Amino acid sequence: MTLLEFYRRHFDELLLLLRQHIGLVAISTAVAVLLGLPLGVLVARRPAWQKPILGMTNVVQTVPSLALFGLLIPVFGIGAWTAITALVLYALLPIVRNTYAGITGVDPAVREAGRGMGMTDGELLRLVELPLAAGVILAGVRVAVVVSVGVATIAAAIGAGGLGVYIFRGVATVDDTLILAGALPAALLALLADGLLALAERRLVWRPR
Amino acid sequence: MNVVLDVRGLRYELQGRALVDDVSFAVGAGETLVLLGRSGAGKTTTLRLINRLITPSAGDVRIAGDDLATQDDSRLRRRIGYVIQEIGLFPHFTVAENVGLVPRLERWSSTRAEQRIRELLALVGLDPVTFGPRYPHQLSGGQRQRVGVARALANDPPLLLLDEPFGALDPVTRLELQREFRALVARLRKTLVFVTHDAREALLLGTHIGLLESGRLAFLGTTNEFRASPLPQVRQFMDSAA
Repeated sequence: MTLLEFYRRHFDELLLLLRQHIGLVAISTAVAVLLGLPLGVLVARRPAWQKPILGMTNVVQTVPSLALFGLLIPVFGIGAWTAITALVLYALLPIVRNTYAGITGVDPAVREAGRGMGMTDGELLRLVELPLAAGVILAGVRVAVVVSVGVATIAAAIGAGGLGVYIFRGVATVDDTLILAGALPAALLALLADGLLALAERRLVWRPR
Repeated sequence: MNVVLDVRGLRYELQGRALVDDVSFAVGAGETLVLLGRSGAGKTTTLRLINRLITPSAGDVRIAGDDLATQDDSRLRRRIGYVIQEIGLFPHFTVAENVGLVPRLERWSSTRAEQRIRELLALVGLDPVTFGPRYPHQLSGGQRQRVGVARALANDPPLLLLDEPFGALDPVTRLELQREFRALVARLRKTLVFVTHDAREALLLGTHIGLLESGRLAFLGTTNEFRASPLPQVRQFMDSAA
């Protein structure tokens, strides 16, 4: 059976898995940004927090993804929320690290001038540091999204659905067409997400023209 | 005399070492006190103590009678103009947005802010229509420095602190800006504390000179007193200006 034939027969299933996959990535990325951005700011502001927070996100990154999903089952059971938790943990490192790098990379003279002219800490962050760091932060988000699209295929192993369902089924039945049926749209999805974020970056981020 | 800035027994320690040690001076309305000294003498530290970017270990800074400690630090800084050598223009703001920063923080109406921005750019010799929409990286060093001065004047502060504002410019531009700046200050009757290591600049711009050496004031007096002083440290600087 060719890939096209397979898709024609299982079109509704493909759409469902694709939707699940995008849902896993979108929700986990949103949560990771909401958590990672403030954590990155905190780390940039309080050097004492740097080691524990960056260290922890680093350690999570070293846990093999299949093992991380498995380790979370006793805590959250099987299903989408466990998968989303694992994906959030993975996405945190690039977002926290890039937020930290972006903010600490702002020219000290610019920060000194801002403070010296009477910006409060919040104003400095909102008007100067985050806009100037936006490019680096968005680059971190891009990495997080592309990695998440790949890692989310493993969510199928703990019953969370997504395109990994085809891959695991294909591996179990030694069926190349099935493996491709999951892997190909996942790869295309990663490329598409990366392209869209690159576009957003060009629109949103300030750079000398 | 109407004292705008009164500094008494100012001291700042970092890791047990005094960077500023028992510094006292008063600056009257319309006067320019130049803090002169070599690198590391404590000039910049003294300026940053005045606007509370750092907290004194001891001593007292009073601005027009108010104790700094009783005011909100950032509100107070908006009432003090501040220009540093690197200028620190916000690269993602246009010239107009840079100049309009403090009005924006103070939530002025946009018509009032725009009016003020035009006024200030004209004041420092930049055409508002041409330069307002430009970004800092599109300006020359001298133009950037003019924007820095305009930005510091936005809230019409009675007191201006300047840290080697012309230090990074070529000699010709520097002299041009120094002369213009002197005329501008005289016209606006601002009170200034001006930091430099250049004795010639000190003599040109100062009404008073304080010579800092290892965090202490080795000399404090008018510019003429400075010229006539027999102190060896003063003579060294006078020789460098000759």
